[in-house]
Amino acid sequence: MTDPTRGPVPMSTLHRGARATVHGVLEHTPVIGDALHSTVGQRLVELGFVHGAEVEVVESMWPSGDPLAVRVRGSTFALRRLEAAAVMVVPVNGAS
Amino acid sequence: MDTANRALADLRIALVGVPNCGKTALFNRLTGSHQKVANYPGVTIERKEGQFHSREGRRFAVLDLPGTYSFTPTSLDEAITRDVVLGRIRGEPRPDVIVCVADATHMPLSLRLILDLQRLGRPMIVALNRSDIAKRRGFALDVAKLAEKLGVPVVETVAIAPGGTDKLVEALAAFEAVAPLAEAVPLVDGAACAIAAPDRAEAERTQQFVPRLLAEVGYREPLRTRAAARADAILMHPVGGMLVLGIVLFFVFQAVFSWAAVPMDLIEAGVGAIGTWIAGALPDTALRSLLVDGIIAGVGSVLVFLPQILILFFFILVLEDSGYLPRAAYLLDKLMGSVGLSGRAFIPLLSSFACAIPGIMAARTIPSVRDRMVTIMIAPLMTCSARLPVYALLIGAFIPASAAGPFNLQGLVLFALYAAGVLSALAVAWFMKRFTTKRSHHPLMLELPDYQWPDLRSLIVGLWDRARIFLRRVGGVILSLMIILWFLSSYPAPPPGAVGPAIEYSFAGMLGRALHTVFAPIGFNWQISIALVPGLAAREVAVGALGTVYAMSATEAALETALLPVIASSWSLATGLSLLAWYIFAPQCLATLAVVKRETQSWRYPLIMAGYLFALAYIASFITYRAAVALTA
Repeated sequence: MTDPTRGPVPMSTLHRGARATVHGVLEHTPVIGDALHSTVGQRLVELGFVHGAEVEVVESMWPSGDPLAVRVRGSTFALRRLEAAAVMVVPVNGAS
Repeated sequence: MDTANRALADLRIALVGVPNCGKTALFNRLTGSHQKVANYPGVTIERKEGQFHSREGRRFAVLDLPGTYSFTPTSLDEAITRDVVLGRIRGEPRPDVIVCVADATHMPLSLRLILDLQRLGRPMIVALNRSDIAKRRGFALDVAKLAEKLGVPVVETVAIAPGGTDKLVEALAAFEAVAPLAEAVPLVDGAACAIAAPDRAEAERTQQFVPRLLAEVGYREPLRTRAAARADAILMHPVGGMLVLGIVLFFVFQAVFSWAAVPMDLIEAGVGAIGTWIAGALPDTALRSLLVDGIIAGVGSVLVFLPQILILFFFILVLEDSGYLPRAAYLLDKLMGSVGLSGRAFIPLLSSFACAIPGIMAARTIPSVRDRMVTIMIAPLMTCSARLPVYALLIGAFIPASAAGPFNLQGLVLFALYAAGVLSALAVAWFMKRFTTKRSHHPLMLELPDYQWPDLRSLIVGLWDRARIFLRRVGGVILSLMIILWFLSSYPAPPPGAVGPAIEYSFAGMLGRALHTVFAPIGFNWQISIALVPGLAAREVAVGALGTVYAMSATEAALETALLPVIASSWSLATGLSLLAWYIFAPQCLATLAVVKRETQSWRYPLIMAGYLFALAYIASFITYRAAVALTA
């Protein structure tokens, strides 16, 4: 299924309808909740963006695909490009 | 209480679950109308508690905790859930049993939270909610096996069906009350963190475990329905979706005006009849004047807007329950991002259309402190339902009810007033963004839940809450202000042989004339100037106040109960428009300022808010008045 010739790319580069497999979430991601020291990366992991999970971009906004709606493990999340860029994915063949 | 009952002591249970898992519907199903809304000690997060009794007569106190994805909170709301579960909040005893509400249609997300909770080793039950919908979409799961794996009871619930919580109540009855003394000791902060806030590696390990566990219990994922996919393709379409959103909002505001007409006429006629009856039954004394001119004219003119407020809340609740609101936030994210807000601010701002107070409190779900402050500061620019009485009165008096194409002209003007509020809010947000420190990232990360039919029971409970709050205000603040205003407008009595209405010689008349010097440049007469003072306490009181002021100034014995025709004939169009413009910005009601003070923990924000709103209101009215005078001259 997964094309080995293509390395992981940021999820933000996927177009509407594209499917991919999560490679991992970047180590250094912006802090959310200024006082609470939680990071975008940790929350993404908690939402289900972990190695091996399959994702599908179900909708994306014009003109720049920001925000986009991504389906992972049966749930859909609206993410801004910056958040989506923290998820590295391997596109699934023929679906991008 | 006898000894048999004492053995079955009260049980304190807390509902925990990911956002959109149907937790609130479950809470409403369990507790019905026995709910109490207050704040957690020391913090300003809304604390929703209810209770129910089992068939054996045992009392269950149910706490509805804010939805959370994990114990590593990203917002104040999520932090509260963690702290209550861990018993870290002083004065809030740790719940005896945690009911983890899992959404059967989104098992992986819920299961991760369950695993975090289970690690705490607290008494707990998993409620597999929405199991009916999930099954229809191909969901399968061995409940007994899951319970065995987790080591906690698992029960299926259907929050929206009668009897849908029976199994849960049965399972809860099996729990013995836990001795509160030993358990209520707050955990040491550091020690609790290790269990309660798993780091990222831990979170990742749990996440990898989730699909394995699900496979072991024979989990089959429910399919995303084709209808949902098709609905998203339209409702989230960059152009089509925006169009639909515009139509939805437009329809809501049209409905607020046209559907409410009949019940409003009925209330008005009822109030008028009571006034006439009392006027006829009592001798002409100060008491009659107080009852008829003060209380009935004043309170009645506010009460009449109850139907409109309920219709607006009805639509907000339906949109919220159906899963549409997060989609609207998605659509508007880019637009809101351009003025420095997160799409998440959309939901608090939409609530502010009903009332700024719940809107400001809903801003707690915004993770970034700066985003949250900006959202709070612009929330009052959303036209709250308290302004509706003022708009409705003025539009009724000055805008003809003619048709403009297929639309009602009055409805169009109302829509324009709402739009003016929104646009100025965006402008203010943009201005604040320019002059505060820049933050690089405003996260959205918003779940788009499945579409669902709104739950009738939750809808009724929600509307009943709103009606109760409104009526309590009418009966409390508004009633007392009306009495004070009546006193100010009645005394001192005019000197013997005085000509003109009595109110001109009263305290209110003096105050109004003093304020009049400030408000004359924007076209307000002294009656409006008086009404603005109690209008500070609560905006809709301004209408009641005008009702009282005009009833008191009627020179004839004829009692004026209908305010609308009076102002239509005695104010100029320019004055009417100027007052409309004033109310787009109208300096906040005191209750809102008090909430802002509490939410921000400082006087700075409420003072800035009052100041900037007053300045904007004055400028807008000045321009409107001068322009209208120039054009109509």
